Amino acid sequence: MDVALFIPCYVDQLAPSVGLAALRVLEHVGCRVHYDPRQTCCGQPFINTGATREAARLARAHLALFEKADAVVCPSASCVSTVRHRYAELGLELGPDAQRLCARTFELGEFLVRELDRSELGSRFPHRVALLQSCHGLRELELGHPSERVYATRPEPGVTERLLRAVEGLELVWPERPDECCGFGGAFSVKFPEVSTRMGRDRVRALAATEAEYVTGSDVSCLLHLDGVARREGLGPRPIHLAEILASGLDG
Amino acid sequence: MSELLDARAATLLPDGEPLRRHDAAVFDLRRRRDAAVAALPDFEALRTHAQAIKTHTLDYLDAYLERFESQAAAAGAVVHWAEDGAAHNDIVHGLLRERGVRRVVKSKSMLTEECGLNPYLEARDLEVVDTDLGERIVQLGQELPSHIVVPAVHRSRAEIGELFHVHMQTPSGESDPVRLTEYARRDLRPRFLAAEAGITGVNFAIAETGTIVVCTNEGNADLGMSLPPLHIASMGIEKVIPTLADLATFLRLLARSATGQPITAYTSLVTGPRAGGELHIVLVDNGRSRLLANSTHRSSLACIRCGACLNTCPVYRRAGGHAYGQAVAGPIGAVLAPALSSQAEGRRLPLASTLCGSCSAVCPVRIDLHGQLLAWRRTRAHAGAGERVLQRAAAVVLGRAALLRAAGALVRLCWPLLARRWPGNPLGVWLLGRQLPAHPGASFATRYRRLKGSKR
Repeated sequence: MDVALFIPCYVDQLAPSVGLAALRVLEHVGCRVHYDPRQTCCGQPFINTGATREAARLARAHLALFEKADAVVCPSASCVSTVRHRYAELGLELGPDAQRLCARTFELGEFLVRELDRSELGSRFPHRVALLQSCHGLRELELGHPSERVYATRPEPGVTERLLRAVEGLELVWPERPDECCGFGGAFSVKFPEVSTRMGRDRVRALAATEAEYVTGSDVSCLLHLDGVARREGLGPRPIHLAEILASGLDG
Repeated sequence: MSELLDARAATLLPDGEPLRRHDAAVFDLRRRRDAAVAALPDFEALRTHAQAIKTHTLDYLDAYLERFESQAAAAGAVVHWAEDGAAHNDIVHGLLRERGVRRVVKSKSMLTEECGLNPYLEARDLEVVDTDLGERIVQLGQELPSHIVVPAVHRSRAEIGELFHVHMQTPSGESDPVRLTEYARRDLRPRFLAAEAGITGVNFAIAETGTIVVCTNEGNADLGMSLPPLHIASMGIEKVIPTLADLATFLRLLARSATGQPITAYTSLVTGPRAGGELHIVLVDNGRSRLLANSTHRSSLACIRCGACLNTCPVYRRAGGHAYGQAVAGPIGAVLAPALSSQAEGRRLPLASTLCGSCSAVCPVRIDLHGQLLAWRRTRAHAGAGERVLQRAAAVVLGRAALLRAAGALVRLCWPLLARRWPGNPLGVWLLGRQLPAHPGASFATRYRRLKGSKR
């Protein structure tokens, strides 16, 4: 299957290893991965602050760049949610092809499990790992089951959990309040730094209490925020992105 | 940077023990809600049903309001219309003045907080006593409620004991909640008996029958509307629902979402005045018809004020209600403030959210609260000229790969400098409670080029 790799601007610049791991995982499952270095930002920071005109310009460029792709895969859930759910609110008058592209933009984990039906990749990561469920991935992409919701019947595990459970040697643990926000929130983190940090500290403490060696998730931004708080507090497990865990031990 | 929810703002919940206690107490309500709704297998369908009733009612609100007015009048109530908070206060004051009322008891009503009724009446030499325990505590402390369901949740037991000691001469150092409640009850009882008027809020108004519905856990509203000869009920125009059957849907949702109770301890349906008494119902607009006319934001009028979005909100729990500077705090407060608040800060409140979406997921009437916050952000009412210029520049850089890479290279070069705290560091705000990650090394694009280049 041909896949266009979407590496968001901040992953490109701040967490390149996550992009490499996503590439490695996709190639491992047999995808032909195309990466266009002209890609930049999906517009999320502008959408989140209401800068619609700037966001629309970036969205249009993003859609044009990925126009030919059959599937776009990205290791950052909130960017995927931006493309899938928020582009429609920008007044762009998206045609059928653009709408299809929005719907065919996937977070890495959901692409593997839902599109390729692959949760066992042969990864090996013999560590105790806590899961940080990032809000946009959880509540807007439904990569897991939000604690607010009532299910008539017990649902099967979410896609992130299924992938982690299939990793050899990995012991999965959950922090208390398993889907409380880490406090990043994009512009929120710098507009309201005190409250953002309070939220981050609480998350770091809950994660530290699990005695996990690593904390993982499907959104790089949340992990970077938590990493910043954890370093300052001198507490908590080391952040590692889902893609990096899935890429571990693949050659073995 | 906004003053709201800011560390420098005196209204922010103090760090340490007060923060820990507030977060735990409020999240406990969320946990109780989870347990209560999990016992209703059709809960999600019930939410959808409630949303449909509210959507329909708001679409035909004028007709339902007229129906409510005529049915309430037929039952013997007098209905008043107030365009804004000032008109509401004037109507209430007029009713009290005409009857020579000096002493008023009032049960919980977020609308009267929104209108600033208490200070208005007190400035006109009326004694207004809040009878809801939480409201009484914030009244004694001369502050606003910090939560729409549990108004004094920001206060510790010891602080409440001290307030009671100062104002009611209770024993010093008393912090047992049962005994403190008993003292409050003893203090309030003669005030109920002496009051010449009772003011209540309204949880629901039923168009079919002209009935108002008042839900409390303390029975204080029932005393307030049964003992004095005059009952004034204040309600926002969005409180009307079509039928008694619809009420059943909302009653199943309200208390469960609020506190995890199956139903409030007291749920009183009032149709017309009691024998020998008077019932006046004041219908208040105060910006609501403007919201109604706004197709993007109309759904925010569906709110039944259960407080579930506050309880689940990680920002609210760590900032405290007073940080919002509004009668209604939390996600719904931030959604309503740009439309209903007279203060300029209200327009910045939609920024005070990480958009985690937990509010939307608990809302019993399925208001897309975080979507609403985003929609308010799109109005750009919060953004000054400087911010707009900066964003335009940022969009140019982020829109071109070459510029993005150049900016990235510059940041890498300055990384050790940016990672340290010094006055003037552009990342200073980030570094207030966080550090920079480790130096990322070459960008993905560069590494990809090297990787694929070397294979060729």
